[in-house]
Amino acid sequence: MSEFIRQHLIDPEICIRCYTCEETCPIDAITHNDDNVVVDASICNYCMDCISPCPTGSIDHWRVVRTAWSLEEQYEWDDLPEQEEFAEDSASELAEAFDDAANALIAEAHSGAGGRTPAPISAAQASVNLFGRSSPGIGTVQGNYRVTEAESESDVRHIIIGLGQTSFPVLEGQTVGVAPPGVKADGKANDIRLYSISSSRDGEKRNGNNISLTVKRETQGLCSNYLCDLVAGDQVELVGPFGNTFLMPNDPNANILMICTGTGSAPFRGFTERRRRAMPGANGEFVLYFGARTPGELPYAKQLGKLPATLLTQNLVYSREENQAQEYVQDRIQQHESFIQKMLMDENTHVFICGVKGMEKGVDEALTEICEHNSVDWQSQKASMRDAGRFHVETY
Amino acid sequence: MNELAISYDTSIPNNVGLSDDRRLLKALQKWHPNYLSWWQSMGPEGFQDSMVYLRTAVGVDPKGWAKFDYVRMPDYRWGILLAPRDENRTIPFGNHLGEPVWQDIPGEYRSMLRRLVVIQGDTEPASVEQQRFLGATAPSLYDLRNLFQVNVEEARHLWAMVYLLQKYFGRDGREESEDLLVRRSGDEDKPRMLGAFNESTPDWLSFFMFTYFTDRDGKMQLESLAQSGFDPLARTTRFMLTEEAHHMFVGESGVSRVIQRTCEAMNAAGISDPNDIENIRALGVVDLPTLQKKANLHYALSLDLFGSEISTNAANAFSAGIKGRYHETKIDDDHRLLDSTYPVLKMVDGKPTLVDEPALTAINMRLRDDYTADADKGLGRWNKVIKKLGVEFSFTLPNVAFHRAIGEFANIQASPAGTIIDEATWVANYDKWLPSSDDNLFITSLMKPCHEVGQYANWIAAPKVPINSQPGDFEFVRIAA
Repeated sequence: MSEFIRQHLIDPEICIRCYTCEETCPIDAITHNDDNVVVDASICNYCMDCISPCPTGSIDHWRVVRTAWSLEEQYEWDDLPEQEEFAEDSASELAEAFDDAANALIAEAHSGAGGRTPAPISAAQASVNLFGRSSPGIGTVQGNYRVTEAESESDVRHIIIGLGQTSFPVLEGQTVGVAPPGVKADGKANDIRLYSISSSRDGEKRNGNNISLTVKRETQGLCSNYLCDLVAGDQVELVGPFGNTFLMPNDPNANILMICTGTGSAPFRGFTERRRRAMPGANGEFVLYFGARTPGELPYAKQLGKLPATLLTQNLVYSREENQAQEYVQDRIQQHESFIQKMLMDENTHVFICGVKGMEKGVDEALTEICEHNSVDWQSQKASMRDAGRFHVETY
Repeated sequence: MNELAISYDTSIPNNVGLSDDRRLLKALQKWHPNYLSWWQSMGPEGFQDSMVYLRTAVGVDPKGWAKFDYVRMPDYRWGILLAPRDENRTIPFGNHLGEPVWQDIPGEYRSMLRRLVVIQGDTEPASVEQQRFLGATAPSLYDLRNLFQVNVEEARHLWAMVYLLQKYFGRDGREESEDLLVRRSGDEDKPRMLGAFNESTPDWLSFFMFTYFTDRDGKMQLESLAQSGFDPLARTTRFMLTEEAHHMFVGESGVSRVIQRTCEAMNAAGISDPNDIENIRALGVVDLPTLQKKANLHYALSLDLFGSEISTNAANAFSAGIKGRYHETKIDDDHRLLDSTYPVLKMVDGKPTLVDEPALTAINMRLRDDYTADADKGLGRWNKVIKKLGVEFSFTLPNVAFHRAIGEFANIQASPAGTIIDEATWVANYDKWLPSSDDNLFITSLMKPCHEVGQYANWIAAPKVPINSQPGDFEFVRIAA
């Protein structure tokens, strides 16, 4: 840990004292007196539960400090103090303080697993927090390709970023942070957004020292539009890498069950490339359940079509395809009950779920039902797999 | 069933297992088209096809309930959302203190509960009706979006009350649900049930004052109902409160931005006297004394919503465990109020005097006092804005005896300072204390739409932080979508 703290503060000038954040905080880190609503830095764990229920925009404020402001000091404020300037030589420690927040975001994305999840035992050791916001890795865009059909509503981009002479080591399943250029309404730099790396550790092109990201253009999404509009030659600032648990087992005998929707496929593209390059003829099952609304909206549909069945077992399911019944990933999983049951009982099996929040619920129900039919309690089975680094969730 | 997630397996998003209750589902599906036709005819006028950047709840947990995207208002997913159930919750007050909360309605409290739910339900569509013409004069796309967010959520609150009526009150509930769509704000023949909800909301200043003062009454009522021993009512209102906070914000920040703009314009023009009304108005901004008058009016109207200071109905609802006090569980007393007293401001020998009354019958008074304290804090924050900009002026709440139509002071006249005055003095000072027709004409003259992206009407400042951390030039409403 650095000697700096990234302290969560509430802007007293905007706050209307509705106490919604205080009601929401699961660990009672937020309190108030007659004047202000304040966050106790000694309790706040960056879970971010308070952010979205706040009606005012007063809640999402942060200052990097050496000593946290006390409750009493915060009670006295009429407005937030300015960010203190620190000397150059503290830049790296400062960056680390920012990384705490990125790591908190990742922890949130992983929370669907229901508890702390270690990395798979055989996974390689991940490097994290090498580049912070004050000293980001500078990449150069080498290509930007649409990987959904041109006429489909979903514009998903495969963006290749070269890193030149910069050493930016990544593993499949890790994420990088991107801050869109510019400032927010309050004049502060834009927040970073996290994206899963969709290439494998030795590069999008082998030994090319580049990475790829899979980005869906969101309506009015600041960062996604920035990234989707990049063209070859553009420079982009990367922070991270982040994440040291959602990682691929480095074991040809591992069964890997990958369940995803949309751009949740990004880490699995990396997994698949790794498996293809490093473990030809691996024994373990390598199975993908991948959902989209229509074939045209399924990222990488063409590329998937070229992969041999001996490498990857593909289950592509569509919820809005014309003339077909709606099907979600959990429906297909249920159809494969006996296979799934066998997998879940096998100690070599690792389950990875990645995609929009809410998907994990459907999958969880399907797995619960499958286990019930076999008199197994999925919740306890899941917990034991999780504790062994064999059940991973990354949803957003 | 996972209560945190919202089920979309019926046409009505919900986390109450609607698909397993065919009778209720059928009843609500029958009500749904009537509701939509009410929304089309009485909802925001002229913007039903616009794409609005709204938040929609996709779950009742902290992460799920504020999902922002463009939506056409008639396509907004109005749903039935209850805060998660606490299996161990007990009744926190009244004669049933400490007993497990009820999942169904005890027969003896049925009519009392029905009345509370109907009154609460009636206010929700009423405010949508009151505000339906405001879009045409919105001072910015940001404000337009905030108005529509308030509107769709008030309409969702109607759904919340209709759910309770249809689920727990049988045929009576179904009839009440229909009646909620029949009454109209300000209609002579079939008005809404409470006075303030039949007043018009003719301009944006009135809208901000309404959301600040009158929606705050709504917040206090919801807070009291959220304590209820009838658990479905408590959980419903608990979730409504999360949405209601945004409505408070629209009011407080709206007025605050008007104040900020006025003070900035005064400073730029070198005007230091806030009472130099003519010259300040010439700048195209609202002078602070007029804002004070608007506050006087809306505060007084809102106080009337609390009913009589002394009320046996309120006492009965408390004893029954149906409706508690603001922050009931945080109050340090016996939560039964059998022997305690509460000071009530009453007319004694022609003077407002504090009199100790049995706390049980003074429940309304206590809630009104909590309301006043809550409302007063916001004025303090407005005054900080004025002070920061170096203008000598401060807002104060008028005395509770001022301009009242219900309760102890309905039949007397009092000045904002609380001095009892005769009718002649009242008439002579009316225009000094409440918005005059000239004031209203001036305000109306400012109400010109400003629908360009990133632009704000001259009389209001841009927000410090727009919604969902979007940049200031974000297109919050795509009007011609």
